[in-house]
Parts: sequence; structure tokens; C-alpha cells
Amino acid sequence: MRKIREFFIEKIILLNGFACILFVILIFYFLAKDGLALFKFITIQDFLFGTLWNPLAEPPQFGILPLFLGSLVVTLGATIIAVPLGMACAIFIGEIAPRWMREVLKAGVELLAAIPSIVIGFIGMTMLSPIVKNLFHLPTGLTALTGSLALAFMAIPTMVSIMEDSISAVPRSYKEGSLALGATHWQTIYRVIIPAASSGIIAAIMLGIGRVIGETMAVMMLTGNASVLPKTILAPVRTMTATVAAEMGETVRGSEHYFALFAIGLVLFGITFLINFVADMARHRKKK
Amino acid sequence: MKIKPQMKQKIAFILLGLAAILVIVPVVLILAILIKRGLPAINWQFLTEMPRMGMRAGGIFPAIMGTFCLVIGAIGVALPLGVLTAIYLVEYAKKNWWTRMIEIAIVNLAGVPSVVYGLFGLGLFVIFFQFGSSILAGSLTLAIMELPVIITSSKEALMSVPRSFREASLALGVSKWQTIRYVVLPNALPGILTGSILGISRTAGETAPILFTVAAFYLPRLPKSILDQCMALPYHLYVLSTQVPNVKPALQYGTALVLVGMVFLLNIVAIIVRAHIRSKKQW
Amino acid sequence: MKTKHLLSGILVVAVLFCINSLVFAKESENSIQIKGSDTMVNLGQAWAEEFMIENPQTSIAVTGGGSGTGIAALINGTCDIAETSREMKPQELELAKKNGHNAREFKVAIDALAVVVHPSNPVKQLTFDQISGIFTGKITNWNEVGGNDQKILVLSRDRNSGTHVYFLEHILRKGNDKGPEQFAPEVLMLPSSQAIIDEVSQSQSAIGYLGLGYVSPAVKAVAISKAGGGPFVLPSLDTAMNKTYPVARPLLFYTGRDPQGTVKNFIGFVLSEKGQEIVRTMDFVPLGDKA
Repeated sequence: MRKIREFFIEKIILLNGFACILFVILIFYFLAKDGLALFKFITIQDFLFGTLWNPLAEPPQFGILPLFLGSLVVTLGATIIAVPLGMACAIFIGEIAPRWMREVLKAGVELLAAIPSIVIGFIGMTMLSPIVKNLFHLPTGLTALTGSLALAFMAIPTMVSIMEDSISAVPRSYKEGSLALGATHWQTIYRVIIPAASSGIIAAIMLGIGRVIGETMAVMMLTGNASVLPKTILAPVRTMTATVAAEMGETVRGSEHYFALFAIGLVLFGITFLINFVADMARHRKKK
Repeated sequence: MKIKPQMKQKIAFILLGLAAILVIVPVVLILAILIKRGLPAINWQFLTEMPRMGMRAGGIFPAIMGTFCLVIGAIGVALPLGVLTAIYLVEYAKKNWWTRMIEIAIVNLAGVPSVVYGLFGLGLFVIFFQFGSSILAGSLTLAIMELPVIITSSKEALMSVPRSFREASLALGVSKWQTIRYVVLPNALPGILTGSILGISRTAGETAPILFTVAAFYLPRLPKSILDQCMALPYHLYVLSTQVPNVKPALQYGTALVLVGMVFLLNIVAIIVRAHIRSKKQW
Repeated sequence: MKTKHLLSGILVVAVLFCINSLVFAKESENSIQIKGSDTMVNLGQAWAEEFMIENPQTSIAVTGGGSGTGIAALINGTCDIAETSREMKPQELELAKKNGHNAREFKVAIDALAVVVHPSNPVKQLTFDQISGIFTGKITNWNEVGGNDQKILVLSRDRNSGTHVYFLEHILRKGNDKGPEQFAPEVLMLPSSQAIIDEVSQSQSAIGYLGLGYVSPAVKAVAISKAGGGPFVLPSLDTAMNKTYPVARPLLFYTGRDPQGTVKNFIGFVLSEKGQEIVRTMDFVPLGDKA
């Protein structure tokens, strides 16, 4: 009797194990079901490379290039800010800070990660945007730069924790060997430890990028949502994520606009899938 | 002029320290701003009353209750699912291609943008299963979002239980599942708990997934069933800061403060529990 | 193992709640679901609050999301009233009919749309053509319309807003809703009227549009004339009611069938003097003597 019960329990556990694969497939399916329906109306090229996003025009235009580039600019800006800060912070926590400070800093970084994006968007809207506006004498503070700044602080915790893990994982023998040969601590860090942790660091950066590209609420409140092809970081842009969140309300289910928004979702899913896949490969290679 | 390596090190370390401070400062700053501007609005009425006057006055009770319902619903689904998956990965899975696929799937679920989860929730739960815009749809969507966090932390918790425990149990003739149930799980429970708390804190703050699946602008009464819509704190903050005209800033900051306060509290509890586990470890 | 007991306790309560809901909850006869326009959502909520005070048995839920969301919900049968700041399009009416809903339209209030600029902007009046030109990007500098030499910062609501759609069809396209005119790509699409007020009040070169109810002393409304020489009228409660202000649009309720019971009472309330008084306090425009 017990054996039968055990058998069932173990089968359930087995099924659960595969649940995650099922969910990923489901997500892909539901995105594709409605997203690919768009291509009965327009070609893939017009969608991916079209420069005008005007869903309310007659005929509607669904070119996502300005949206894609908008996401790209904001992400790039955030990455450029986040990577140096994140690395510096990770190195400091992992190698330099005394034990008591380490725990405090790690807790602080975790709390930064915990702040909901809507709060960051809210604070950014009320405090950051006027600062950017006045600092650069812009007509408006709702720019790609504002978005990048806010998003950088959302990406940093992800990057710091993974980088810090990688740095701690470097075998002590590397470090001790280097110090024994007469190198200073700092020289050891940038010549030995960082290169040894490099694949983990790269994975961290990629996961941070993935987090930033997928961010919705903060960018919607901070970047001005103008669907222009971005020429400078000091001007408003429109990201793919904000477009979906902002426009879903207007669409009738089953309309072309509805399909187009799902198609954007598909693109987003594809991008983050790729990033996560590569990052995971990088981490796994290092483990060997 | 050649700078001595020692000097270079000093400079480098100072810069790095500054960077670390630069990262932590916003946390303190945000908290300070929220407290300074939001605390005046927070009193017992604010937390327990329904909104009035077009939400420009009164309280945010329905939003708090709504978030509470969503969070409980989400963890109720994600916890069993996640722990069982972790048990599979740690105790049963062999190192083959399938397992690798599962791990990739988990990493991907963790990386899917929140608005894409919203679309998914809309397509699957709201439309396909016909739950409509409801607490059920919202909780299920949030549950899938939470899953990777639960799985990862449960995995770590399970793996930290020493092999010797399992081996001793099996040597005594206890079956595999019973070993897991009575030996491994209880020891891994604190770690699993930490992971759940972190998962909850994440779900409580999400806006995009609930935009299309459950969020209501205004509900006069608390939801009566899980097929009802509900208000939620993050969406309420969004509404107060962008949709309602002439709201007293204190109300907006107060709502933000309640949300952040809730999230920070959960996180601090998790951090403390984790530190407690680490110090109490008998192995 | 006290935690275990606490956790199981919570689990039991949660399960009971769910069971209770699934088994015992029913769409009560006295509940109304209203969905739709973000412009109207505050108005809808004010009506709901007042109506529920007078009729404590009823329960009215108001959700925003845009006029489109409300119409979609009506078509899908998931709401009783869709409040919209634009008319349902022919294909939407078709879809509703296909699903068995004969949409009924009710005009419940009027919204005057104000075009606003920074208080220090010397420009005080604009024609339809000029406004269309500014928002489509043909006119890019304030000095083309009698202002300073400054690039115009153009703000708009985002596409999920009925206000956006109305402005597009009636101002940019001058009434021809299938016209070719589009908002220029450079136009910032802000998530709310409040955001527009915030931006315009802080930027001397900005221009935006929003419902009269949102206008605050932080911005300045521009007098508008439909034709070139014609009288330039400032938006106000009076000019909207006597129809001299050209940019006024009806705010609508749509129901999926002839209203009955509570829904009928609610609409009756909305159209009554008390309901229209609420329209006024929410800074919209009451219907006037004849609806």
C-alpha cells in the first residue's frame, strides 16, 4: 500500500519537474498564437524594419523599429552606467570590504533590488526628471537618459550579486599565488581574479541587460513615449514594453492592433530568451 | 611620475568604495523621501478605510487587501509547485539533457519581462480559461512569475542538507520519499521559507502582470470571490500618480511608502531568517 | 513546529475563502460593472459613490483602462456599462451584435477639451488648422503661430485614450476620421492627463490637450476658433454648454442591451439633476437643458 502511494508521489514529483518547461512552451504558444496572426496583414519586414508606429492610421502602420531602437538606447545607456558601478561594487564587497561592512552592503543591495519598479518610476517622475531637465537645459525631463538612470539602478543589484558570487568562486590559490609573487591586492584583483571570474561577470552583465530590456512601468513613466527614431539620449523615446502596456487598453480583442501588441511581446520574449540562454551557457562553461 | 603600486591600490580602493556607496545611497534616499513626504498621510484611517472623493481622500484599504489576496493566491500555487520541482531536480533528476532543459527553462522564466507575463496571463487565464479579469487570473499569472525564485531558493536549501543525513536514513531502511519528507524537507524548511518570503515581496510589487489580468481602478467593496477583480497597491500608486487629478502628494507618497514598507519588511525578515539559519547550522 | 501550524492555518483559511467564493458567490442582481475611459473613470466613480450612498444595496465597480477596454469588455459581455469618451466604431458595433449584444448609447455628459500652454507663452489663440499643423509636425516653431522663436514641445495622451482618438479624428483630421493626418513621431505620448499638466506647467515651449476638468492655474488654456477669422473662444463651462466652444465632445455610456433594473436606475440617476450636478463638481460639462 505504501509502495503504491510512494509510486504516485514520485510520479507527481516527476511531472512537476517538467512543469517549467511546460510553462515556457505555453508562454511561447500564447504569444505566438496571437502575435503571428499579425502577419496575415503585414509582412515581417514591414513589422521589424518599418519606421512608423501608427496603429490608428488608415491603413495602420506597425513598424517597430523606433520602438526597438528606443528599448535599445535606454538599455545601452543603463548598461553603460550599471556595469562599471556594478563591477566596482561587486569587487568592493567581495574583496575589500571588512566582514561587517560586507553584510551591510549585501543587505543594502538586496533592498535596492526589492524596490518595486512602480515606486522607482514614481520617484523618478517626481524627482529625477526635473533634475535631468534642468541639468541639461532640455525642454522636458522625460528622456531616454532619465529612463537609463533609473533602470541602471534596477539592474545593478542583479549584476552585483552574480558578479560577487563569481568573484568569491575564484579559487583562493589563484589569489594567494599572486600575492606570494609580490603583487599588491589591487593588482591581484584586476590581473588575476577578474579574468578568472570573467565568464560569470559576462553572464551577470547579460542578465542585467535582460532585466532592463524587460522593464515596463518605470520606462513608461520616465521616457516620454515618443515613437521617434532615437538620435540622442537626451530626447524622449518609446520602448517596446511601454507600448504594449500603454496601448493594450485601447485595442479590441482580435483586432490587428491587438495582434501587433502580442507580436511585440513575442519579440521581447525572443530577445530575453536569447540573452538568458547565452548567459546561462557562459555560466555553465565556467563551472567546468 | 611613477605612482607606487601601493598608492594605485589606495586610490583604486577608495574609488571602489565610493562606487559601493553610490549604489547604496539611492536606497537610503528613496526611503528618506518616502518617509518625509508620505508619513504625514499614514494613520489608522488611511490603512483601514475605503477611498473617498474620487480617491483623493480616505484610505487605501481595498488596495492593501487586494495585494494581500493576490500574494496569498500566488504563493499558494507557486510554493507547492516550486518545492516539488526543486525536490525533483535535487533528489531524483539525473544529469542528462532533460535536466539541462529544465534548468534553462527556469532561467528563462526568471527573465521574461513582466509585461510579457501580463500578455500571457491575458491570453491563457483571462481569455482561454475564461476566468475573466479576476483574482484567480492575476494570482496564477503572478504564481508563474514567482516560480523561478521559489525553485532556486528551494534547490539551494535542499542541496545544503548534508548527504550524510540522507544516507543514514536510507541505510536505516527508510524509503526515498519518506527520507525526503521526514528528514530532508524539515531541515531545508528555513531556506525554503526565505525563498518564499522573497518571492512574495517580488509579487507584491509588480504592476505590469496585473494590468490586464485583475487590476481594478475602484471597487466600492472588497472582492467577494476569486472571480472578482480587486485593487492592488502598485496599480493604485500608478493610478494616484498619473490618472487622478489634483491628488495631494502626501497621499501618493503615503501609498508608495506603504508598498515599499511592506516589501522592505518582508525582505528584512528574509535576510534575518537567512542569517539565523547560517549561524544555527549544526553541520 | 509552531510555524508549521501557522502556515497550515493560513492555508486552511485561504482554501475556505476560495471554496466559499466559488460555491456561494453569484453575480448579484444589484451589482454593476463599469469599464472604460480613463477620462471618465473619476466621473464614473463619483457617480457610483453617490448612487451607492442612496442605494446601499447596490455595488458598483469602476475600472479604467481606456475607452477601448470598456468597449472590448462590452463586446465580450464582461461589463454592464462601458463608459467611453468616443463613439463606438462600426466594426465594434458589428462585433457586439455578433456576440448578441445590441449596444445602446447614452450621452451622459460633455467634455470640453482644452489646449494648454505654459502661462508665460505669448500665444493666446489658435485655429484648428494651426493646432492640426502643430500636432502633425508641419508647424514646428512657436514663431510660426505668433510666439517666440522656440521649438514646440508637443505632448499628447497615449493611444489607449479616447481623448487621443477624439483629438486625432476631430482636430488633426478635422472631422474626417479616416483622414491621413497622424500625430508626428516626435510627439510625446504621456500616460495621463496629469502627466501632461505636469510637463506643460514646467516647460515654456510645451503644448498639450486635456479635458477641461484637469486644467489648473499652473497652465493656460488657449482660445480656439474653428475657422481662420472666426471668433476665438476660451473653454469654460458656459462656452461648452452653449456650444460656442468648438472642441467639446460627448461622454457616453454604452450598455449591451436595453437597460433594466439597477442599470436603468443608475443611468436615470446619472441623467438626473443630482447626477449632472456631480458632473459639474468633477469639472466636466453637464448636458444642459436638452441632452
